[in-house]
Amino acid sequence: MTTNRIERHHYDVVVIGAGGAGLRAAIEARLAGKRTAIISKSLFGKAHTVMAEGGAAAAMGNVNSNDNWMVHFRDTMRGGKFLNNFRMAELHAKEAPERIWELETYGALFDRTKDGKISQRNFGGHEYPRLAHVGDRTGLELIRTLQQKIVSLQQEDKRQYGDYDARIRVFAETTITELILDGDRVAGAFGYRREDGEFLLFEAPAIVLATGGVGRSYKVTSNSWEYTGDGHALALRAGANLINMEFLQFHPTGMVWPPSVKGILVTESVRGDGGVLKNSEGKRFMFNYVPDVFRKQYAETEEEADRWYTDPDHNRRPPELLPRDEVARAINAEVKAGRGSPAGGVYLDVSTRMPAETIIKRLPSMHHQFKELADVDITKEAMEVGPTCHYVMGGVEVDPDTGATIGQVRGLFAAGEVSGGMHGSNRLGGNSLSDLLVFGKRAGEYAAAYADSLPARPKVSQALVDTAVDAALAPLSRDGENPYTLQQDLQAVMGDLVGIIRRRGELQDALVRLAELKERVAKVSASGGRRYNPGWHLALDLRNMLVVSECTAKAALEREESRGGHTREDFPAMDPNWRRLNLVTSLEGDEVLLSRKPVPEMRPELITLFDRVELSKYLTDEELAGFDALAEEASN
Amino acid sequence: MGTKRHFRVWRGDENGGDLQDYQVEVNEGEVVLDVIHRLQATQAPDLACRWNCKAGKCGSCSMEINGRPRLGCMTRMSTFEENETVTVTPLRTFPIVRDLVTDVEFNYVKARETPAFAPPADLEPGEYRMQQVDVERSQEFRKCIECFLCQNVCHVVRDHEENKRAFSGPRYFIRAAELDMHPLDAKGDRKEYAQAQQGLGYCNITKCCTEVCPEHIKITDNAIIPMKERVVDRRYDPIVKLGRRIFRRDQLEEQGTRPGPLLAQEPSHHAEPGADGVKWNRQVAQGQAAAVDENGRLPLSEFTFDRAAAPSPFGDDVTFPLPPDDLNYHHSNKWDT
Repeated sequence: MTTNRIERHHYDVVVIGAGGAGLRAAIEARLAGKRTAIISKSLFGKAHTVMAEGGAAAAMGNVNSNDNWMVHFRDTMRGGKFLNNFRMAELHAKEAPERIWELETYGALFDRTKDGKISQRNFGGHEYPRLAHVGDRTGLELIRTLQQKIVSLQQEDKRQYGDYDARIRVFAETTITELILDGDRVAGAFGYRREDGEFLLFEAPAIVLATGGVGRSYKVTSNSWEYTGDGHALALRAGANLINMEFLQFHPTGMVWPPSVKGILVTESVRGDGGVLKNSEGKRFMFNYVPDVFRKQYAETEEEADRWYTDPDHNRRPPELLPRDEVARAINAEVKAGRGSPAGGVYLDVSTRMPAETIIKRLPSMHHQFKELADVDITKEAMEVGPTCHYVMGGVEVDPDTGATIGQVRGLFAAGEVSGGMHGSNRLGGNSLSDLLVFGKRAGEYAAAYADSLPARPKVSQALVDTAVDAALAPLSRDGENPYTLQQDLQAVMGDLVGIIRRRGELQDALVRLAELKERVAKVSASGGRRYNPGWHLALDLRNMLVVSECTAKAALEREESRGGHTREDFPAMDPNWRRLNLVTSLEGDEVLLSRKPVPEMRPELITLFDRVELSKYLTDEELAGFDALAEEASN
Repeated sequence: MGTKRHFRVWRGDENGGDLQDYQVEVNEGEVVLDVIHRLQATQAPDLACRWNCKAGKCGSCSMEINGRPRLGCMTRMSTFEENETVTVTPLRTFPIVRDLVTDVEFNYVKARETPAFAPPADLEPGEYRMQQVDVERSQEFRKCIECFLCQNVCHVVRDHEENKRAFSGPRYFIRAAELDMHPLDAKGDRKEYAQAQQGLGYCNITKCCTEVCPEHIKITDNAIIPMKERVVDRRYDPIVKLGRRIFRRDQLEEQGTRPGPLLAQEPSHHAEPGADGVKWNRQVAQGQAAAVDENGRLPLSEFTFDRAAAPSPFGDDVTFPLPPDDLNYHHSNKWDT
């Protein structure tokens, strides 16, 4: 029997989300001595992080000793088209190696180099081999390692206190629907447990959001059902800001056939290891799509590109390894020009490039996945791939050092995909696993410190809890629309009108339709009871998906340029003036507000890491003059 | 463009339930999980089913499809006949929550009981050096996606609730093996622990777990058998045995090592060998008939047995001839004085 009883828990730090960022944050909070709760929307260990295949980028220099944090920082800024929060990119590049090494002390087993160090592989946008990896299941290794570290901490607590859950506890299959505030301070989180539909209230002065992305609002996506933008929406409703929401990464190579696995990613390492993209005419087309800014770093002939795999020091890299957005755009252009595959993608071929056993050795789960899911043997035939919604660069605006959210609320932190700024307008492959480790740790650390710094705990008011209960129960008692239909309609709007290539008219249309959907979602109904009822869960998630979609559409309409994960057909070029601006969305009542905010300026010692020629493609004349002054000062 | 297919899906909760019939559209290239999703979207919005990645990487959508433990996302509809009824039921070994969702807490309890990686004391982060060939053995087990199909199909617990307390199951045997084979793990008694605390001895190597593993981990051959073999090695190694006698580790290990259903529990006063080193009155294992369900049929796992009939009454980790010390008779020696 479900009742309106509310199970109450008291913690110092509550981490919402049990993917890489959430688990890393929780470990840090627990190590800081805080009583920590982890709220997992799925079972413990099933997070979307497991989908990350390529690896975790960290400039350890194990394979190429020329690599260091400055090169990694440069690559990250370049990949994000200089819109990144430079401080986050700096911290990330500096701290990623320590975070990876730390995982080995938790029991992770990365692939090794000949001298026994962690092996590192090439990846799109990274100058040197930089991705620590385990075959092509690095995300799984990361989650399992963090999960097992948490278990080991629980075992310590069991020895000390006689209870595994004494200081860190996982609440599996639990969804938070509302944050409870006391004035402008976080006081708790309210949600339900899927298994029995019972409500839970977590009273805690510090909350870390680590809920991942928003992909379920799109028709073709690699994201799991959990990616409904919960953290984004919770932050908005609590008074925090989102930034860069117009930047969504469409992974260039998702499976487009068969339909059941449409959207599932084919890792970039297929290309890093020698896979090539061909159109229906069998032509290796990427050579036609190297943008000017990258012309110098990429090979111009197939011969040179092929030599690079064995002799990277004397040849330029193949254009298949261009950043993701360039590859996505190229594929889109080929398909539009009528040179696509039957299912509307292009061919990714590794079968003619290396022996079958090498493919199986290097890409075991890729091989496995295609064989099992599609009955396609990638050692014998080409894959059919196309762009799929993969990652949201935008997210909760945070303080780079602490992960504290920026806006009207205190005690709220964010890390991982749900936070924004680190990746600018486009994320490099491999930077997400390292991002969640670096900023997960920081968010956990500073959330713990914040909890310590409070003289008194914020109070949870019963009235707010009652409101949250009513909102959660509403779909069950209403007689309205089916949530699945509404989700499909939302996905159609976002996929068709706010997708990979955007236009003003379509974006305006999208906003009109989203407003209509908002009214329909307010009346959504779910049949059945509270026990493990997916219809009810979806009905509650829709509200989050909708508000986040609105932020994306508004920001996409506002930004009149093309940059990274935001491509406007009506403004195809990058505009240096827009580089200086972040678009910030916030919520006032039900209304999404949009404002502009300057991008923080890089410190002198960081900007001088770049070549003037390169900067001239991104910066305004005014900024370049500033750079020249710095350079002159340095030479005197 | 799709065809209508007949599905039977178990609906209910811990109070009971039954198979319900659905006619549902199926399109080319779809998997069973797609069809479950279509049922949710059209006919049964509250049909409970776990899923996450829909790519065979997270291990959430474990279910039994036509009686076979499978991942819903990895079971292509093209593997069934056009007119075949597809029956989908929840995992049988775990308590029902609702519809296709079961309470898999058992696995998390066992995970917590398995000792964690013990980092080497003398190495700082960044100083770990291991050869690829040495990490590969453990890496195989770290492929595990925790779908718990192996746990579900293991006949030690599948129809024997009473064994769950003392038996961790294949998932945690490979975890133990993974740590045992980890080049830098500082804990030296993984095998003994597996035998003494995880109930490794219950396993009689029917390989059902290997058969259902969607990651094709060779659970039995590469983890369980090596763990058993080396436990046997060490137990009979003369020096180790001497050590055990001196430090009385054998008493420690003895707790829980004897497989319940295969071997009767030894009364404690029999554990000590007599003055002449002979275990008088040592109880010989009882043979056990294969478990059958209420209809008198073998459970699914028995179909995949690697031999006919019941397992060896002496347990599968016993090889003959037995070491004399383990025998319960005294071999007379005429030169004895």
